[in-house]
Amino acid sequence: MTQTLLLDAAGIAKTYAGVRALKGVSFDLRPGEVHALVGENGAGKSTLIKIITGAEKPDAGTLRVAGRDVPHMDPATSHALGIAAIYQQPALFPHLTVAENVALALESAGLWRTVDWRRRREAAASLLARIGSAIDPARTVDTLSMPEQQIVEIAKAIGVNARIVVMDEPTASLTSREVERLFQVIGRLREAQVGVIYISHRLEEIFAVADRITVLRDGLTVETRAASEVERGELIRLMVGREISAVFPKEPIEIGEPVLEVEGLTSAAAGIRDVSLTVHRGEILGIAGLVGSGRTELARTMFGLTPAEAGTIRLNGIPLRVASPADAIRAGIAYVPEDRRQHGVILDMSIAANTSLANLDAVSRHGLIDRGRERAAAQGYVDRLRIKTPSVLADVGTLSGGNQQKVALARWLSTRPAVIILDEPTQGVDVGSKAEIHALMQMLAARGLAIIMISSELPEILGMSDRIAVMHRGTIRGVLDRAEATQSSILALALAPATTH
Amino acid sequence: MAGAVIALALVLAAVTPGFFARDNLSDLFLANMPVLIIALGMTLVILTGHIDISVGSLFAVCAVISGVLAKTGWPMPLVVVAACAVGVLIGIVNGSLVAFLRIPAIVVTLAVMIGLREGLRWATEGAWIQDLPASYQWLGLGPRGYPFVVLAVVTGLQIAFGWALANLAAGRAVYAVGSSPGAARLAGLHVERVTVAVFAVAGALVGIAAVLNSVRFNQIPSNTGLGLELKVIAAVVVGGTAISGGRGTAVGTLLGVILLSAIGPALTFLGVSAYWERAIHGVIILAAVAIDAIRPVTVTRPAAA
Repeated sequence: MTQTLLLDAAGIAKTYAGVRALKGVSFDLRPGEVHALVGENGAGKSTLIKIITGAEKPDAGTLRVAGRDVPHMDPATSHALGIAAIYQQPALFPHLTVAENVALALESAGLWRTVDWRRRREAAASLLARIGSAIDPARTVDTLSMPEQQIVEIAKAIGVNARIVVMDEPTASLTSREVERLFQVIGRLREAQVGVIYISHRLEEIFAVADRITVLRDGLTVETRAASEVERGELIRLMVGREISAVFPKEPIEIGEPVLEVEGLTSAAAGIRDVSLTVHRGEILGIAGLVGSGRTELARTMFGLTPAEAGTIRLNGIPLRVASPADAIRAGIAYVPEDRRQHGVILDMSIAANTSLANLDAVSRHGLIDRGRERAAAQGYVDRLRIKTPSVLADVGTLSGGNQQKVALARWLSTRPAVIILDEPTQGVDVGSKAEIHALMQMLAARGLAIIMISSELPEILGMSDRIAVMHRGTIRGVLDRAEATQSSILALALAPATTH
Repeated sequence: MAGAVIALALVLAAVTPGFFARDNLSDLFLANMPVLIIALGMTLVILTGHIDISVGSLFAVCAVISGVLAKTGWPMPLVVVAACAVGVLIGIVNGSLVAFLRIPAIVVTLAVMIGLREGLRWATEGAWIQDLPASYQWLGLGPRGYPFVVLAVVTGLQIAFGWALANLAAGRAVYAVGSSPGAARLAGLHVERVTVAVFAVAGALVGIAAVLNSVRFNQIPSNTGLGLELKVIAAVVVGGTAISGGRGTAVGTLLGVILLSAIGPALTFLGVSAYWERAIHGVIILAAVAIDAIRPVTVTRPAAA
């Protein structure tokens, strides 16, 4: 079949402040296909997307859209050519309604035009209905959950009759069911001869949705293959340029005494009720559940960030009163939050300062920080966790996502916890770093640390956990043993309709 | 920043050696001493991501209270302590409203600024404090001894704050809270306590500055310190402290004060109309903020994902 390529980018190069982000990338997109773009963090995926959407200008290379040369791509041109992008973090106006947000993309500009509010709402509602969503267009965006916001973004893209839709990590904050929904939407886009550029770190999704896969590494196109002609291990090898284990490094560890025992924990503010769980020495307890099922809220309550009205928390058999993170840290509970750029690390601070922040007492005497000791301690973690950096004095903001996450981990390991809660520990982390973080978890468990791992990624939950607690509507619906847990048994619990009202 | 100050000094040294005469420098130093001291406290407040525009009014309140107490016969050390205590008290009020009620600092301190200024006008009925006792004048040290004491105090404070910000856990907490309150809270820092503390310290420094400044004159005008907050904030910003918090140093603030306070007299010495002073201040502030705005793009750009 001969057809015009929707997009044809050839020999694209881009240099940022002396760093060559792209050294000559070629990429094309056919109508009605899903073309996945994969590669480790820093491979150049985001830069390529920025060039396609006109956010950045390439230093070299040609860009053709629907057979026509586009010498000067900018955001307005890209919009006019029917290119729409959906990012990991939806870019909506939080105080405007869904209908208004959609209208901003849809309706023509002109500051003095009058608005037909009823039509505006109907237009938004019909677009949302087309992708099977029943979000009320009159709601303001700040009342929507992250996945709902993503759906609004997709509705916007469909509304402008986009010919090319770029999806950059669209499932990062979605649960399995919502991912299914997204894939149905992608299926409809494909039928409508729209081309989809799909970026994700989750290889399962890539294989489920993509027609072709292009691998980028170090700013170069490594290969473009049909998805059916490449298998997982080979794809990972192409991405990292070396063999790495595609399986989880989980080995059986002898499970010890209970470390953390939670009973009947209830917090109205956090929306969790009657949660009981136990974690033992050397054990990894996975917490699964849909986004909004209360996993992060449970962690925040155990860590003293949200007050609990009822319930007890015992550590090594001793009842604790956890009224603040400081109490939790002193007792031996550590919490590595999701959203590492906001809460996990401080980007403006050095690795050394980040590492010592939760346990400044360990590197200071009478409130006076011993810089030498602080640096030495940080260097120890840089070596142990294999954090890639020229110096412990480098700002964390200059590191890649995977290395930032390791710094967050270092901060919490330095508090010498008995139990550590990891909230989405590998979200947005490249394949190589992901394997390293999993290996670290295994090593920490082997040393007797009790680990609670919250994750939206089922393979990770199944691969790393000894037991799996599944949450639903703020409470634990069931706990599965490693042996009996499967994707479907977890989903069955996570999706369970409420039995009582 | 340091370069700008050195360049200015070199130009002045070459063109007008008179600028560096001892009397001129001494006058310049004493006139800007309040800005110098208060800017240290303001640096802490801005580092935590807040701002305090009530310092000018508080300065007047502390000055007047110190004069009144001195007249009723309080010994000088107690007068200083009392002025600081008033400053700390107002600082705690500011800080608590910001930290616990989560009202933006600019609104809280705007209200306090107006409240203090108008309260003072009501209490003094606009009258100046006069007939100050001899023990109050020049701190009882005479016009010769006084500058050395002030120099010692300012130097001591400058070194103490610079050292503390870099080396104390408390200093690290200030940076952490300003960079990312969420991350700081998770790391077990008491974000509210840090916030209240920086406002309290800023208040104490206003008290010290008010007393040290008032003793130079025969009377204390009840409208003293008008516009002081703007000079202080300008100096801190020019000194490289990010207005959004988390980045900045005490040394930077010192250089900021020197640069802004030396421009006016320098113009006079160079024979340029002094009316240009404010305009040049404006340009310097814009330049400082622009440099700060451009910096993160090139320096802390995260590795492309």
